[in-house]
Amino acid sequence: MATLIDIRDVSKTYTRGKQKVEVLHHIDLQVAEGDFLALMGPSGSGKTTLLNLIGGLDVPTGGSITVGDKRIDQLGAGALARWRASNVGFIFQFYNLMPMLTAQRNVELPLLLTKLSAAQRKRNAGIALKLVGLEERVTHKPSELSGGQQQRVAIARAIVSDPTLLVCDEPTGDLDRESAEDVLGLLRTLNREHGKTIVMVTHDPKAAEYADHVLHLDKGMLVEQATV
Amino acid sequence: MKYLHLIWAALFRRKTRTILTIVSIVAAFLLFGMLDSVRTAFETGSTSAVGARRLVTSSRYSIIQPLPQALQNRIAAIPGVRKVGYANWFGGIYQDPKNFVFSYAISPEYLDLYPEIELAPAQRKAFDATRTGAVVGRTLAKRYGWKIGDKIPLQSTIFPQKNGDKTWPMDIVGIFDVSKDAANGLDQALFFHWTYFNEANAYGQGTVGWYIDELSDPSQADQVANRIDALSANSPNETKTQTEQAFQASFAKQIGNIGLIVVGIMGAVFFTLVLLAGNTMAQAVRERTSELAVLKTIGFSRGSVLMMVLAEAVLLLVLGGLIGLGIAAALGPLVTKGSGGLVNLPSLGLSTWMTGMALMIVIGLLVGVLPALRGMRLNIVDALAGR
Repeated sequence: MATLIDIRDVSKTYTRGKQKVEVLHHIDLQVAEGDFLALMGPSGSGKTTLLNLIGGLDVPTGGSITVGDKRIDQLGAGALARWRASNVGFIFQFYNLMPMLTAQRNVELPLLLTKLSAAQRKRNAGIALKLVGLEERVTHKPSELSGGQQQRVAIARAIVSDPTLLVCDEPTGDLDRESAEDVLGLLRTLNREHGKTIVMVTHDPKAAEYADHVLHLDKGMLVEQATV
Repeated sequence: MKYLHLIWAALFRRKTRTILTIVSIVAAFLLFGMLDSVRTAFETGSTSAVGARRLVTSSRYSIIQPLPQALQNRIAAIPGVRKVGYANWFGGIYQDPKNFVFSYAISPEYLDLYPEIELAPAQRKAFDATRTGAVVGRTLAKRYGWKIGDKIPLQSTIFPQKNGDKTWPMDIVGIFDVSKDAANGLDQALFFHWTYFNEANAYGQGTVGWYIDELSDPSQADQVANRIDALSANSPNETKTQTEQAFQASFAKQIGNIGLIVVGIMGAVFFTLVLLAGNTMAQAVRERTSELAVLKTIGFSRGSVLMMVLAEAVLLLVLGGLIGLGIAAALGPLVTKGSGGLVNLPSLGLSTWMTGMALMIVIGLLVGVLPALRGMRLNIVDALAGR
């Protein structure tokens, strides 16, 4: 399979006060298109930082990151935002839905950046919600949904603009086991049946079992690579 | 427009806080609307007199400076003047100082100059025939329970009689109505004879407060006004002839520069509003840091975030402002009607609406700019991590 994500010699240093903290040290990583990759490691190991770099939320201090045919480490803030809008879907641990919007309106958010009409946005959001099994909950606000349902709305929001890449930061970290397995099953379906490439950060070995590959980070370096 | 639902939802994320803020904006713009109406009312009529059916001639120097009664015939002789009457302010009190009566000593032809005063012919005849006779507006008569045949003791706040007594006995001989289109306080007025006032008054005989000049051609009002004022040019009794509106405005302006007072009050109100709405917006955006970060994460540009927060602030101000001005527009006529025309607030003019809209937008941008910049500049990674 073709490589979707090509990370070469990437370092990331944060400045905290007067101190510089190198969070990632010369990472090299290639992720194939259609892969389901889990990133594991202790807190502070740099896995979320790596995920943020892959998703174009942050830029590396050194090295290069290519996703598809785009060197995203060289993009400016505006171009990076546009790239994220059309190429990446994000799923967070705490769902990060807009509390004042209905499920449908939440899912429609990424489509506001497209030229789709209101009717088309509504229809596409409906399709995405149906895909995650929430077609009956379109008018519900996040506070009226369970944690698992909220995360499924977040997944619908992540996939509604049909991105190539899904970036998931502890997607089951706030869920009970049953809901977590529903969400992980949904991610695997998206990966297997819809061809989405998924990079997922998790602490949970059971969650990692759903991935095709598991990478371990420690102190900003890749220490182990395993195929599930 | 496609972001409107998002902006609206963000605005009402904390309903109570937003509604309370809107209420204060409503109050501020209601005050603005009312005060601007007052200012407009005071400033109206200071321009051309063209179109006026009646003019008022008073002293150029002060409204309390009397004019010689002998001026009446000279004004009446001016081409374009059909009829001239005169009046003196009396300033009456009935029984208790708080019972103020808008009372005027008038010349015999004065009532003829006001066709909007509808007095039965028999009552008019009785008024003309009774030296101490008085006619009163129906609203005033109702207020004090006066009826025809009553003898009332009216005290003057200014003028004593020659015997030093400030109480002027008067006989109610007529109660008049005022046609609906006239809302200038006539319905609360009391008129009595100038001759009675002049003969019994301890001082100032032979003088009048102002003249009312009825014109034969309203389009010539400016020219006629100039001719009247030319009569007394360079004399100790120089006159100023103007429309009734302008005359009333100059009467009211004795209390001070209304425009400046209005600007001062509104300046303080809007300054407070900026602090209040600014605080609301700052809190609202601070609470939504992670939500704004999510918007940026999914691809909203820095500019989009900036514009959405600014639009939210402007929407907040426009919502409250329009409600406030709407209430002011509705209240103006009610106040005018309720006061029987004593307080004559014009309905909100286009300039008030336009100024109001401009203020809403400017204040909205002002209170939104700092939170909007904060939202625009926020670092996604830090915001998502709660830093």
